[in-house]
Amino acid sequence: MSNQETSKSVFLNVNGVSYPVTIDGGRNLLSVLRGEIGLTGTKEGCDDCECGACMVLVDGQPVNSCSYLAAQTQGREITTIEGVAPSPEEMDPLQTNILEAGGVQCGFCTPGMILSARALLERTPHPSEEEVRIGLSGNLCRCTGYARIVEAVQRTAAGAKTATGDTGQ
Amino acid sequence: MTTHLLVATTLDEALAAMANGARPIAGGTDLVVGARVGKAPLPTELVAIDRLDELDIVGMVPGGSDDPTPLLFVGAMVSHATIMNHPLLAASYSGLADASALVGSPSTRNVGTIGGNVMNASPAMDTGAPLLAMGAMAVLQSVSGSRTVPLAELWTGPGTTSAGPDELCVAILIPRRMGEEGSAYVRLEYRRAMEIAVVGAGAAVTLNDDGTVAKAAVALTAVGPTILALTGLEELLIGTPLDDLSLSAVAMLASEQASPISDLRASDKYRRHTVGVMAKRALEAAGRRAAGETIAIPVNRAEGIGAARNAAAQNGAAK
Ligand SMILES: Cc1cc2nc3c(=O)[nH]c(=O)nc-3n(C[C@H](O)[C@H](O)[C@H](O)COP(=O)(O)OP(=O)(O)OC[C@H]3O[C@@H](n4cnc5c(N)ncnc54)[C@H](O)[C@@H]3O)c2cc1C
Repeated sequence: MSNQETSKSVFLNVNGVSYPVTIDGGRNLLSVLRGEIGLTGTKEGCDDCECGACMVLVDGQPVNSCSYLAAQTQGREITTIEGVAPSPEEMDPLQTNILEAGGVQCGFCTPGMILSARALLERTPHPSEEEVRIGLSGNLCRCTGYARIVEAVQRTAAGAKTATGDTGQ
Repeated sequence: MTTHLLVATTLDEALAAMANGARPIAGGTDLVVGARVGKAPLPTELVAIDRLDELDIVGMVPGGSDDPTPLLFVGAMVSHATIMNHPLLAASYSGLADASALVGSPSTRNVGTIGGNVMNASPAMDTGAPLLAMGAMAVLQSVSGSRTVPLAELWTGPGTTSAGPDELCVAILIPRRMGEEGSAYVRLEYRRAMEIAVVGAGAAVTLNDDGTVAKAAVALTAVGPTILALTGLEELLIGTPLDDLSLSAVAMLASEQASPISDLRASDKYRRHTVGVMAKRALEAAGRRAAGETIAIPVNRAEGIGAARNAAAQNGAAK
């Protein structure tokens, strides 16, 4: 449990909702999102900035939440995978495309991939394949071989969705 | 272990916290990651400087009374992402943009800052060699005043600087690059992202009208306890064109002056050889830029250096 002397009550703004949390100054954002706020869509992989499973957006920019101090995000806008879909009934085109292109196997990297891709498309609405690969270069996937994930991002950029059942081959 | 974190909203507040023993944290990509992998525990007193907008500025400032040359001011909180995308930096301080563009991944570049890179003082830091080649200085400020230190005097060893624990780096200053100057940074890497330089080299060059060298500086990455400035370049280069002969001589000089270690990633012999190759490529790219050629940022990708070589060759073949 956090120590009385150093823990502080702060508000974190996650997916448009302000959450009060009492945390030590050294707590990383990932552990607060998962352990205090209960948003477990953000994954813990390597836990030291190498794999990208913990990627979230802070003010629209990608951040490895495992190695970012939660208290540094006060007053900033945090977006996690739970905040990507426009409504509970509807997926974001990135989500639809990554599913339909066959870019999800075990799914562990998917939340991080989607957030990195979202930041990329925000900056570069029509990225080349090379730009997509650079944009996702902080996200490891051990299942898919990346090709279908890259394709899903490019399809999203083109505004096209594949027909259900098309595996992208 | 608990940590008290103060999120500073003014520079004075940050300096006061540092005077009381707090360690500054910018992006935390060295500090927090270092703590997570067990290098050093997170300090018990931290002061976050990421809200200090006055440290997130790029601009020109007038020179001092001893040297009136205007200086480029890059605030300590300026991120690698800002540097690589900044039109002025990309055009006139290209070596720095080359370096920032190679750092980590988009998230590392978004969060990681120039101040953190310089003050972390890793001999493998990417911005160090181009900054040293360009004659950059760090502005250090504490509650008792401010001083400007050339980077050559700032770095004292791996992870150590001559800055006091109460001194905040507020900015990096770089003497203005005139039209005829070009700079570049290249590194040897085994993969294209999330990589640390195996070795690297930064170069800054001014050419005479006839294309011969008027001024040149080269600095080396990851071949000694700190970023290393090459000495004795003038005798080799001043008044000569940057051709195979002079570039090969610089490569030999770099290999001679390097004092690399062997580790998991490369042997000392391999580093000694390849740092010469990097020095040659950096100098060549800087010379071409000085002559007015546009080489895309970073040179590593544009020229297919290191892990990007095959990809660049393939792209070339596809065109
Ligand atoms: C996955 C990954 C990949 C990376 N790849 C590269 C790479 O390719 N090349 C490279 O060079 N680096 C790389 N790094 C290292 C790191 O990202 C950079 O050094 C970055 O610039 C550090 O900036 P920061 O703001 O995160 O520093 P922080 O971690 O916040 O601080 C680093 C150190 O500097 C001190 N400090 C910070 N700001 C100041 C200041 N203004 N004044 C005084 N002291 C200060 C801190 O107290 C700390 O000791 C990588 C890191 C990670 C996690």
